[in-house]
Amino acid sequence: MITIFVELSKYLLIILFALYTYECFAVFRRKNDEWKRNTIYNKQLLFMFLIHADAFLVIFLMEKEWDILAFYGMQVLFLIVLQAGYRILYKRSNRLLLNNMSMLLTIGFIMMSRLDFLKAERQFIIVLISACITFLIPFIIENIKLLRNMTWIYGGVGLAMLLIVAILGATSYGAKISFTIAGITLQPTEFVKILFVFFIAGRFYISTEFKQIVITSAFAAAHVLILAASKDLGGALIFFVVYIVMLYVASQHLYYFVAGILGGCVASVVAYKIFSHVRVRVIAWRTPLSVINKEGYQICQSLFAIGTGGWFGLGLYQGMPKTIPVVEQDFMFSAIAEELGGVFAICLIMVCVSCFFMFINIALQMHDFYYKLVALGLGVVYGFQVFLTLGGVTKFIPSTGVTLPFVSYGGSSMLATFIIFSIIQGLYIRRQDEGEIDDDFTKKSYQTYE
Amino acid sequence: MILPKNPIRHTNKNKKQKSKKIQKEKHSQNKEFTVITYIFLGLFLALMAYFVYFQVFKSQTFINNSYNKRIDAFAKKVVRGEILDRNKNVLADTKISSSGTETRAYPYNDLFSQVVGFSTNGKSGLESSMNFNLLSSHAPLLERAKNEFQGNKSIGDNVITTLDVDMQKTAYKALGNNDGAVIVMEPSTGKILAMVSKPDYDPNSIEKEWNQIIKNKDNKSVLINRATQGLYPPGSTFKIFTTLEYIRENKDYGKYQFDCNGSFTQGDTTIHCYNNEKHGKENLEESFAQSCNSSFANIGLTLKISSFSDLCNSLLFNQELPYEFGSSKSSFKLKEKASDSDIMQTAIGQGETVVTPLHMAMITSAIANNGILMKPYLVSEIQNYQGATVKVYQPEESQKLISSDETKIMQKFMKSVVTDGTGEKLDNQSYDAYGKTGSAEYTDTDKSSHAWFVGYAHQAGKTDISVSIVVEGAGSGSSYAVPIAKKILDEYYD
Repeated sequence: MITIFVELSKYLLIILFALYTYECFAVFRRKNDEWKRNTIYNKQLLFMFLIHADAFLVIFLMEKEWDILAFYGMQVLFLIVLQAGYRILYKRSNRLLLNNMSMLLTIGFIMMSRLDFLKAERQFIIVLISACITFLIPFIIENIKLLRNMTWIYGGVGLAMLLIVAILGATSYGAKISFTIAGITLQPTEFVKILFVFFIAGRFYISTEFKQIVITSAFAAAHVLILAASKDLGGALIFFVVYIVMLYVASQHLYYFVAGILGGCVASVVAYKIFSHVRVRVIAWRTPLSVINKEGYQICQSLFAIGTGGWFGLGLYQGMPKTIPVVEQDFMFSAIAEELGGVFAICLIMVCVSCFFMFINIALQMHDFYYKLVALGLGVVYGFQVFLTLGGVTKFIPSTGVTLPFVSYGGSSMLATFIIFSIIQGLYIRRQDEGEIDDDFTKKSYQTYE
Repeated sequence: MILPKNPIRHTNKNKKQKSKKIQKEKHSQNKEFTVITYIFLGLFLALMAYFVYFQVFKSQTFINNSYNKRIDAFAKKVVRGEILDRNKNVLADTKISSSGTETRAYPYNDLFSQVVGFSTNGKSGLESSMNFNLLSSHAPLLERAKNEFQGNKSIGDNVITTLDVDMQKTAYKALGNNDGAVIVMEPSTGKILAMVSKPDYDPNSIEKEWNQIIKNKDNKSVLINRATQGLYPPGSTFKIFTTLEYIRENKDYGKYQFDCNGSFTQGDTTIHCYNNEKHGKENLEESFAQSCNSSFANIGLTLKISSFSDLCNSLLFNQELPYEFGSSKSSFKLKEKASDSDIMQTAIGQGETVVTPLHMAMITSAIANNGILMKPYLVSEIQNYQGATVKVYQPEESQKLISSDETKIMQKFMKSVVTDGTGEKLDNQSYDAYGKTGSAEYTDTDKSSHAWFVGYAHQAGKTDISVSIVVEGAGSGSSYAVPIAKKILDEYYD
């Protein structure tokens, strides 16, 4: 009987999530007025709570622990408070981003609870703390003007943090990315990404003359090189891509962009030749089955999960996602594809894409050039990280070991993503102070220099 | 914290700033934003397309991998389905005793041992590669729900193969007590009708005999499917490749002349014709038909090695074959600076070159099919246990391996082998046969050789079939492999 319910839930979850995803894009339609958009957002919330309820009913039926119901109740309460908090105090916040944030967190809660209840509880506490800490950020962004005067502090602190990690850091799956203070393990790179965006935005805001670009590039290169030296390839790649995108948009010279990409390609080849751990990842990517007992083990397990799940998934608790090493962090997507299905997984990708589009849209509309660059940079940080992690676990590109924002387990990643989203919310609100907001992509926005 | 409802101060200031800024306005970054947006859109679309591609085309390889523990868990809910031949004869099914114990039964015992495989002590053959399908049930939804409710197992899907029990029996008997492999396939579709590998084993009793089999001191490795995994020196069947290369390099190949006195010497290496037979004056077609080693050693020395190597690579040497059920890679290693001796040996199919019988079957089939290689396959359909179609596998073109002109030449040459050469036993039948024999020496010490025959036949009103036969240590191809081909072709066409 329970298995039938699990089986039916599987399809119900897919349908609900597909509807949710559809609304993510329906909201971009030009002719929507305020009222229509709000209807769409409310529908999304309805779908989200239904998904949450259905999935937790399955989890409860399988685990038969009353704790599950209590935990579910707390999550519902949290989601309501989060939504209400933003809607009351930040009336003009972006509801699509708010909904997507809630939806991704919900999917994270569901999968974490199914995989490891203790970790799910810990994750929930991390989410609570992150939400509280970052709740003031939109207000700060809207009202504090000093932010743009601290460019060198961002750069300096960021570099220093990366250096500390490189020197002291613990080795995690071949990369030095974290260190532990008072029992709390930190991954500073997650936060340095944000500082880096502010640093670059500040530099380009002041000048995009050639000499200044050279200085800025040298600093950016230092970030990337330290990360590469720490063997954090995913991190290095994100910093690199963020930098060349920001450089291109700020300078408006396509050749910087092309040169950057070419330089990146050369660097990749050099890295491949020099570092054995790079070659290992490439081999594991190209022929994972041939090295299944060694480097290819993770990616093979991930592909077993995704493949066996097929389009409609095996159903919650019907698969074996725990056979994938570090499933709660880097391979959450594979677990989702296995149990909730390929269709669900594609919808998940599209929800992330809709977040990215919203980021870029907000960046495009900012009048203030500094914040325009900040929004763009953060958008690229988010979008490229999503691409790296999803591409990695599906074997589309070599695995670089980054987390899926809001869904994966991990304190630093969670807090950093909260910070990014709340900064963007702050910018969105700020933009409305600047003047008419227009959801039309094609309208002109202005680049300004002081 | 309370936000100002109407932030007048900000608005005023902003307006002032804006008017100042607009004067300094350069131009908007719309273009750059569009570029970035499209690049990311492209990345994500590619990612999603890849995900779909993986699910549709690539996932089977991973799902059925023996490291994937998920499928075994399916066995708790599903009774393993049947494997059937093209006429629905049962090749493997699951018997359930009154106490509910399941045993896998193979009604034809040894006949299909490697190709169908086994499903105890691990898995092999189709039992392994179709594992996921056999353990998936597409029985009617209500029935499955009922089974679920009552805690019963549902019945798994059936795998319909392209194999033909009669053809398999003929090939199996024709190979007799010899070790070796036989493949029969349809060049126009890629369907494999028979795949025999000997020595063999009885999958019904493999569980009991397991320890004996894996300890086998004869090192005959009964578990290996020689048809797809066995690597043999190709012997004179390789002259197909040497001939193709010679034709490509010499437009006037028709003028080729050679006077054979039974051997050919270059430096300190002498190549002998089979039994030192003197073939006398011959052109290229006659050299091919008579399988004249001296003439081909001579040809070999004229060839451009890099071009020869390219040709072999383009004809599937040194790479995975387009075959989804697992196969070894054939290898061709001749290098630019090879000695004359190595070149001569390689040109007649000795030396370091090794091939799988499947590879030779594919090349032969491509020649029969106007140069086009159809992807060889074993499974034509998945049905639920009541016979409703779940999935159909269509013939699929792999690639055009050989140009139409070259194909015609090779067809003509392979015809001569039958009419005027080493394959004469196949002449004057109800069908037109084409082929190439081979006798591949595999030890330096004595003269024993593997007998080879690759070829195909045509008869109006029937689908053409091709064969690839290797008989280990038997002797000459014309004496030991051609008769096997004849039995198969006779059975099929008469």
